[in-house]
Amino acid sequence: MFAGLSDISISQDIPVEGEITIPMRSRIREFDSSTLNESVQNTIMRDLKAVGKKFMHVLYPRKSNTLLRDWDLWGPLILCVTLALMLQRGSVDSEKDGGPQFAEVFVIVWFGAVTITLNSKLLGGNISFFQSLCVLGYCILPLTVAMLVCRLVLLAEPGPINFMVRLFVVIVMFAWSIVASTAFLADSQPPNRKALAVYPVFLFYFVISWMILTFTPQ
Amino acid sequence: MAAVDDLQFEEFGDTATSLAANPDATTISIEDPGETPKHQPGPPGGSGREEDDELLGNDDSDKTELLAGQKKSSPFWTFEYYQTFFDVDTYQVFDRIKGSLLPIPGKNFVRLYIRSNPDLYGPFWICATLVFAIAISGNLSNFLIHLGRKTYHYVPEFRKVSIAATIIYAYAWLVPLALWGFLVWRNSKVMNIVSYSFLEIVCVYGYSLFIYIPTAILWIIPQKVVRWILVMIALGISGSVLAMTFWPAVREDNRRIALATIVTIVLLHMLLSVGCLAYFFDAPEMDHLPASTAAPNQTVAAAKSS
Repeated sequence: MFAGLSDISISQDIPVEGEITIPMRSRIREFDSSTLNESVQNTIMRDLKAVGKKFMHVLYPRKSNTLLRDWDLWGPLILCVTLALMLQRGSVDSEKDGGPQFAEVFVIVWFGAVTITLNSKLLGGNISFFQSLCVLGYCILPLTVAMLVCRLVLLAEPGPINFMVRLFVVIVMFAWSIVASTAFLADSQPPNRKALAVYPVFLFYFVISWMILTFTPQ
Repeated sequence: MAAVDDLQFEEFGDTATSLAANPDATTISIEDPGETPKHQPGPPGGSGREEDDELLGNDDSDKTELLAGQKKSSPFWTFEYYQTFFDVDTYQVFDRIKGSLLPIPGKNFVRLYIRSNPDLYGPFWICATLVFAIAISGNLSNFLIHLGRKTYHYVPEFRKVSIAATIIYAYAWLVPLALWGFLVWRNSKVMNIVSYSFLEIVCVYGYSLFIYIPTAILWIIPQKVVRWILVMIALGISGSVLAMTFWPAVREDNRRIALATIVTIVLLHMLLSVGCLAYFFDAPEMDHLPASTAAPNQTVAAAKSS
């Protein structure tokens, strides 16, 4: 039955040769000793440029994959620390009922992002854990800008106009965050569950916007 | 010699109408082998049909329980095991929410909507939304109530978020755990036809809390009467969903225990809503009251002195 197969054999004297190349990804740097020798300024500038490029992608959301492909968590860390520093209540005299502390903001942002990522993975999305954290963290950028603007506006005299300006700014930045994050995240979900995956993102940014809007300096 | 009439074929109609017409008749349903025929006379009228419905639905849940056993076969330390609890589509979540808002008498929420596919998405995110809805609405309502006073300085009251989260999540997970344990214990004593798994109970409780989200937002209105009317409406709707879900599970038991269980479920639900209203929402100040209480006092004093 299998007699015919005996004809198929590679004779010993035909050499098998060729070249095997492994495509080098740009992130594999440990084999590349040149980055060890470069100056610290180069290293920092390279990472800062990557972070800056992603900020630009968030500010002008297009359907591009840069945020997803080369994720990093520097941007989210910088944004989260900035936001938490600006949001924390200053003194201890309003300890009981005041706004959030630094740790509380930090925990809300990171645990919120982790929960949303777990949720979208459990629903069957095909985005990796850190990619999703990266996108959610970077899309806090508009809200951080809103916090800066609110703090500046609060230096002026208090009153209903003051509140209206802050409300308007926060609403616009909230919408911007949602649009930016769904532009990146929505494609990774199966189509009949998109709303289920997007709603927690909406809740997350809503809570952060609420914390920004209700910030009152002592 | 048989009369011609005797040879006429007699129309019997379908089983449901003939059962309604003659409720004490013995019925044997042939849909499933192994189902016992109903020998005792069922209660008359519509509830006879409900019992019929119950048994048919019970087969459905038996079969789907078997299927469920086959579905969740991944070991619990793998990610796929937990993915089976999130196997819902958007329209299914909407249907379940709608079912919790419109309790139809006779329709069991678990059988109708969950059908052995309990999900954890609904309970988790409804509870999260409810936590923030209560905390934010309470803050807004306090702000609006105390707005006019000169000494009032607005505080965001962030600490209340963590308190609200503890309360809501403890209610949504510990009460189903206790109820499930109780039902399992009663099941070992009295053979109940309908029994629920722990996740199905968590699911019912989670979806029944959905009505409190618009209720919490409407509680911003600083009128005591409006708030209490909202409490009654929300309690009516979600309490009836819970009562109708768990009544079939305790029905075969001792009458007093069954009633006590349902009453406890509704009472705990009421305790949750009234407690949240009392803790997170300050009582609306009725500024016109001192003037009106002064006037009756004066008239009473005048009546006494005269």
